[in-house]
Amino acid sequence: MDFNFTDEQQLLADTVRRFVREHYSFEARREILKSKEGWSRELWQQLAGLGLTALNVPEAHGGLGAGPVDTMLVMNALGEGLVLEPYLSAAVITPALLNSIGDEKAAADLLPAIAAGERIVIVAHQEPKTRGEVNHVATRAEKNGDGYVLDGHKSVVMHGGTADEFLVGARTSGKTGDRDGISVFRVAPGASGLKTKIYRTIDEQQAADLELTKVKVPATALVGAEGRAFPAIEAAYDLGLSAICGEAVGIMKAVNAATLEYTKNRKQFGQPIAKFQVLQHRMADMFLNAEQATSMSYLAALKCTGSDAAERRRALSAAKVAVGQAGRFVGQQAIQLHGGMGMTDELIVSHYFKRLTAIDLTFGDTDFHLQQFIATTAA
Amino acid sequence: MDLNFSPAELAFRDEVRAFLREQLPADIAQRIRNGLSIRADDYRRWQTILYRKGWGAPTWPKQFGGTGWSPVQLHIFDEESAAAGAPRTIPFGLKMVGPVIMAFGNPTQQQRWLPRIVSGEDWWCQGYSEPGAGSDLASLKTRAERQGDQYIVNGQKTWNTLGQYADWIFCLVRTDPNAPKQQQGISFLLIDMKTPGITVRPIITMEGAHEVNEVWLENVKVPVENRIGEENKGWTYAKFLLGHERTNIAGVGASKRELQRLKDIARQETKNGRPLIEDPLFAARIAQVEIDLMALEMTQLRVLSAEAQKRAPGPEASILKIKGTEVQQALSELMMYAVGPYALPFERGSREEGDLRSTAGPAYAAPLAATYCNYRKVSIYGGSNEIQRNIISQMILGL
Repeated sequence: MDFNFTDEQQLLADTVRRFVREHYSFEARREILKSKEGWSRELWQQLAGLGLTALNVPEAHGGLGAGPVDTMLVMNALGEGLVLEPYLSAAVITPALLNSIGDEKAAADLLPAIAAGERIVIVAHQEPKTRGEVNHVATRAEKNGDGYVLDGHKSVVMHGGTADEFLVGARTSGKTGDRDGISVFRVAPGASGLKTKIYRTIDEQQAADLELTKVKVPATALVGAEGRAFPAIEAAYDLGLSAICGEAVGIMKAVNAATLEYTKNRKQFGQPIAKFQVLQHRMADMFLNAEQATSMSYLAALKCTGSDAAERRRALSAAKVAVGQAGRFVGQQAIQLHGGMGMTDELIVSHYFKRLTAIDLTFGDTDFHLQQFIATTAA
Repeated sequence: MDLNFSPAELAFRDEVRAFLREQLPADIAQRIRNGLSIRADDYRRWQTILYRKGWGAPTWPKQFGGTGWSPVQLHIFDEESAAAGAPRTIPFGLKMVGPVIMAFGNPTQQQRWLPRIVSGEDWWCQGYSEPGAGSDLASLKTRAERQGDQYIVNGQKTWNTLGQYADWIFCLVRTDPNAPKQQQGISFLLIDMKTPGITVRPIITMEGAHEVNEVWLENVKVPVENRIGEENKGWTYAKFLLGHERTNIAGVGASKRELQRLKDIARQETKNGRPLIEDPLFAARIAQVEIDLMALEMTQLRVLSAEAQKRAPGPEASILKIKGTEVQQALSELMMYAVGPYALPFERGSREEGDLRSTAGPAYAAPLAATYCNYRKVSIYGGSNEIQRNIISQMILGL
C-alpha cells in the first residue's frame, strides 16, 4: 500500500500548478472567455510545450505514456484554475480511444500531432438520449460502395466547435442499445452534410451539437474493426470519468479555500462569520466531503484501467456518485456561505459552482451512476 | 378541524378562476409556464389589470384600497394565480413598504403613497442591505444628517432588487451614530429615485442576469416629511417589515406549478427507453419534494388560520421561509437534472429576454440551469436560512 506520488508525479503537479498560477488568474480567464473560441490556442501551445498534451500518448507515437494518476494530478490543477482549454476532450479522451481501439494506422496518423498539440481531435459520441450509457448509439453508418454514409445527432460535444477532426461513434449494425455493432469514423468538420451548432455551456465552456445528414466517408475513415469499437470507447470514457473526478476535486479544494478565506474576513455581529459554530460545522462538512471525494478520485484513477470489468465499473460509478454528491454539497454551501457575494459573476466562487454543476451532468450524473452501481452489485 | 372550503370560499375561487381565464395575458402566462423570468413591463401590465378589477392590493385592508380578503381568500387567490401562470406581485410596495406606511405613517403620507402602490403607478425598491450590513442589518452605516427640514443622505446600499425600474426607494439610514445600541439610531426614509445624488449600478449574477443593484447615495436631499414614524425608531419598523416579508416567502402556489412543470418535463424525457417519470429513482426524488411541499402547504394553512384569528405573523414565518426555499431549490435542481446534459447549453439572457430560445436540445431545457443558479439566492435573501434558524432557536425555543 502506498499513497505517495512519485517525484516525477510531484513535479508534474507542480508544473501544472505553476502554469495555472502564471496564466490563469481570474482576470486572464475572463479575457480568454471573450474570444470567439472561448479558449486560447496560445496557451494550448504552452501546455504542449510542458509536455501535457503528450501525457496520454504512448512513447512510440511521440508521447509520454503516462497513467491515470498522472492525468488526475494534471486535472486537479486544471480544475483549480477553471482552465478552459480542451484538455479533457482532446488530450485525455481522444488519445485513450486511439490507444485501445487497435488501429495502428490511425494511431500513427493522429497521435503524434495530438502529442505535439498541433491537432485538436474530438470524440463525438454522446447523443440526446445517451444519459451516460456509452452503448446508446442511434447514429447509423450504412455501407455505401467503398465507404459509409452517416446519419444521426451528436449532442453537447465538449469543445466540438474547435475540432480539427472528429471521431464519430456510429452504428454499423444492431439496435440502438447494443454494445456490438458500434464503429468509429474520422469525420472532417467541413464534411458535406455535417451541421455543427456551436454554443457556450452554463460553465462557460464551449460545446457543439453535430447533425449528420448523409455524411459520406471513405472506407479508410473507419477507425479499428467495424462494429467492435465499444470497448475502446468505454475505455476512453472510463479514463475521462476518472479525469473529471480529479478536476472536480481540484475545484472543491479551491472552493473550500476561498470560502474559508471569505468567512475569516467577512465580519457581521462584530466578529468574523467564521467564528459562528454553525458555519464552522458547515465548513467541516465541506472539508470532509472534499476529502471523501479525493479518496474516491484516487480509487477511480487506480481502477479505471483495470482488467476486471465489474470491479472497474463498480469503482468508477461509486467515484462519480461520491464526487457528484460532494461537488453539489460543496458548491451549494460555498455560495450560501458567501451570501449575496456568492451569487455574483464577479467572484470566482460562482464559476467554481457552475463548473461543479456541469461536471455532475457529464459522463452520467449521480443518479445514473447510483443505478449503475446497484446493477453491478446485484450482478 | 376542516380542510374543505366553505360554499362562499368555493364561489370566490370560481370568481378568481374566471377572472384569470379572461384577464391574464396569454404571453405572460406562457413565459411563467416556460420558466422564463418576468419583465418589468409585464409586471406593470398585470398590476394595472388587477387594479382595474379592484384587486390591486390583495393583502391590504379596504380602507387603504385593498381587498380586505380573509387569509383563506388570500390563499385561494395566490394558489389560483400561481396555477394559472400569473406573476407574483413585486413585493416591495405591496408587501413591504405599504404595510409600514399603513401601520406607522401619518394620514398625509398614507394618502400620498398608498394609492399609487395599489394602482401600480409607483414602483418601489428596497434600501436595506449594505456591503457591511447583511445578516447583521442593524450595523448599517448609511448616514442621514438633519439640516433644517431635510436630511442629507450619504452611503451605499446593495442587493437592491429591480431598482433600475424603481420610482421610490425605502431606506434604513443612521440618524444617530452615537446611540448606545446600534438598533437605536436608525430611521426609515422614503426617497424619490429621481433625487440628484442617487446612482444605480448593476450587479451581474452568475447566470448573467441583472436583477440586483448597488445604490449609491451622495448628498441626497430628502424632505423630513418623507420619514416614516419617529426619528431613531426605524429599527422597529424594519422588523415589522421583515415579518411581513417572510409570510409571503413560502411560495406554495408557485412551487405547485413548478412541480407540475417538473412532472411534464419528466414525462417527455426518457431514460432506458422509458419516460423518466417512470424511473424509480427519479420518481422517488419527485415524490420526496412533493411530500415536503404538502407538509409546507399544511404548515402555511396553520399559520394562515392563526393569522385569521388576528394573531400577528410570528417567528413561525421562519419555518415557511426555510422549507419554502428548500422546496424551490429542490424543484429547480430536479428540473435541471431531468434534462441531463441538455441543461448545459446556455445563452446569456435566455431566461430574461425574448422568447423561449433553445440553443440546442428541447426548448424547455433552455432556462433550467440558469434558474438553478438563480435560485441559490432564495436561501440567502430575506434573512438567510441560517438567520431564520437563529430566529427559531431564539424566539420559539427560547435558547
